[in-house]
Amino acid sequence: MTRTDAPTGPATLGQSRRGRWGAGSIWPVVAILLVLLVAVGIRQPDFYDPPALLAFLKRAAPLIVLAAGQYFVIVAGDFDLSVGSLVTAEVVIAARLIDGDPAATWPVIAVVLAFGLLVGLVNGLVTTLLLVPSFITTLGMYLILVGAVYTWTGGSPRGALSEEFRMFGRRGIEGVPWLGEIPYAVLILLVLGTLAILAMRADFGKVLLAVGDNPRAARLAGGRVAGVRTIAFVISGGCAAVAAILLGGFGGVSFQVGVGLEFTAITAVVLGGVVLGGGRGSVVGAMLGALTLQTLLTLLNLLGVAGALASAVQGLIILAAVAIGGLRART
Amino acid sequence: MTALAATRRTPRIDSTNGVWVALGITLIVGGILVATDGGSLFGQNSTVSLLQRAAGLGIVAVGQTFTILAGSLDLSVAYVISLTSLIAAETMAGSDGRVLPAILAVLAVSGAIGLVNGLLITKLRINAFIATLGVGLLIKGYLEQGYAGPAGQVPVSFQHLGYDRIGPIPVSFLLFIGVAAVAWVVLKRSRFGHHLIATGGDLDVARLSGVRTDWVLIRTHMICSLCAGIAGLYLASRLGAGAPRVGAEGGYDLESIAAVVLGGAVLAGGKGGVAGTVGGVLLLAVIDGIFNQLAVDPFFKQVVRGVVIVAAVAIYALRLRRKAVAA
Repeated sequence: MTRTDAPTGPATLGQSRRGRWGAGSIWPVVAILLVLLVAVGIRQPDFYDPPALLAFLKRAAPLIVLAAGQYFVIVAGDFDLSVGSLVTAEVVIAARLIDGDPAATWPVIAVVLAFGLLVGLVNGLVTTLLLVPSFITTLGMYLILVGAVYTWTGGSPRGALSEEFRMFGRRGIEGVPWLGEIPYAVLILLVLGTLAILAMRADFGKVLLAVGDNPRAARLAGGRVAGVRTIAFVISGGCAAVAAILLGGFGGVSFQVGVGLEFTAITAVVLGGVVLGGGRGSVVGAMLGALTLQTLLTLLNLLGVAGALASAVQGLIILAAVAIGGLRART
Repeated sequence: MTALAATRRTPRIDSTNGVWVALGITLIVGGILVATDGGSLFGQNSTVSLLQRAAGLGIVAVGQTFTILAGSLDLSVAYVISLTSLIAAETMAGSDGRVLPAILAVLAVSGAIGLVNGLLITKLRINAFIATLGVGLLIKGYLEQGYAGPAGQVPVSFQHLGYDRIGPIPVSFLLFIGVAAVAWVVLKRSRFGHHLIATGGDLDVARLSGVRTDWVLIRTHMICSLCAGIAGLYLASRLGAGAPRVGAEGGYDLESIAAVVLGGAVLAGGKGGVAGTVGGVLLLAVIDGIFNQLAVDPFFKQVVRGVVIVAAVAIYALRLRRKAVAA
């Protein structure tokens, strides 16, 4: 039985040859990132002061975490379109449950994480047990979460986050010599990034790659295909929960927090050389893709490209980057 | 043996007829529910608004059927709708004489966007998901840069498309059925249609059999964008002006894909059809209508939609598997 999700179209053809610069390689994204970083540095020389750099990483952390989560799903050949709505749902839930009460912070963080994992588990089980293509499962979950959050709050978010909850996205360990402040977001990012790399090096990661490459072969070889695919969704849900905690710290509580983040995360993953349809690409690449996207947005900001036009430039650069990656794979 | 006998007895509910069965059941159950609530699902007003809601999404979904059948998809349709509604309203600028040039301009622009999508996917080998997402972002940027709110004006004569009706049936719904009928003929009766199904079924096999798959995919994407352009024309006539956010706020990109899949199409391509898509669109509209009549929280509709879509696809998938086991 062939798997019928992944509307990857004809683009996966011709990417069969893996090269140093081809599909799945992280070098194209490294090159783009370096160019962008140099450009940002020219425009704003103090960007490379450690505190400024750390502040930049802090801003990039939620997207990098989301991209890492999305990577696990994509590399197994699936999609997770529910993460944007999950982020929104988590922030709104947290605000309503905490309602400004500092004592509620830790229990609510536990609830937020558990909810993210639960949503991921449902996505995974529906996809693997009921054989619904993940594109549809997570699209349905997206509709359900958006509708449920609006229904629950009656149309406008209520309550407020406590300062303790916001600390993860906003503050850091202060008074560190030379570096200034080390944001908690960067520490969380480091821990999760390391865990992600370790997971991909473990047996789990190898089975996951095999599943994305050829699910049938992976199953015949004894891989627990449904199991690892489900775990991938759980990871993605958990990462969305962490991203929501970080984003809740940055901005206010609104229904707009997570809008479009699923597409941004998928774009970041693809920019990092990961092939939609699965089986190729590394989690480091995915995270670098997210960092690249954030650098691009920073650069556009510095160049005074207004927010509206920025999405056009973003679209153009993504198309160019992916096209060059695809063409390189052919030659 | 027992499994084999069981599958023979149950009617085939795997592709396009399943959604019509679901639609029938929903109409009966919904009709009873609304009637006990003191309303009427089949009254003139509710029928008209139900069919009008179906028209916009329906036209887009027919176009999306082509891309999904070909194993591709188009995420740019929402922005194409907004863009073409603006082109229509600004070209017309309230004058009757400029309706035809406006329609031609809309068709030209939407066709060109489809051509770009198709070329990006076939010649530059960008994954359809990323290619159409990128093109969508480009159009979005242009719209947000150039327009803060509604612009242009549609003459009264053109608003007939959005508001007139023949008996209880709105003209816009007839337009949707017309588009669907043309699409059905193209898919079932033309050489292009057969090539498209072959391409969606297995790209390599189709190419090795002599189908010019690139050209098929390019035309498929042009058809999909053209349908989005027609939907943009309809929305312009409905709103009386062009609206830069109408497509994205209506969620036409993901909802059109959902309607097609609800109609029994398989996302990986090669399976499905226009009849199923029409059923899927009607099912979504009927669910909407029932909830409106029952005055349920509008946001809760979303939740039900999500559950219905996932449940429908799960049923198709499980039936397919049972058939595969029995065979």
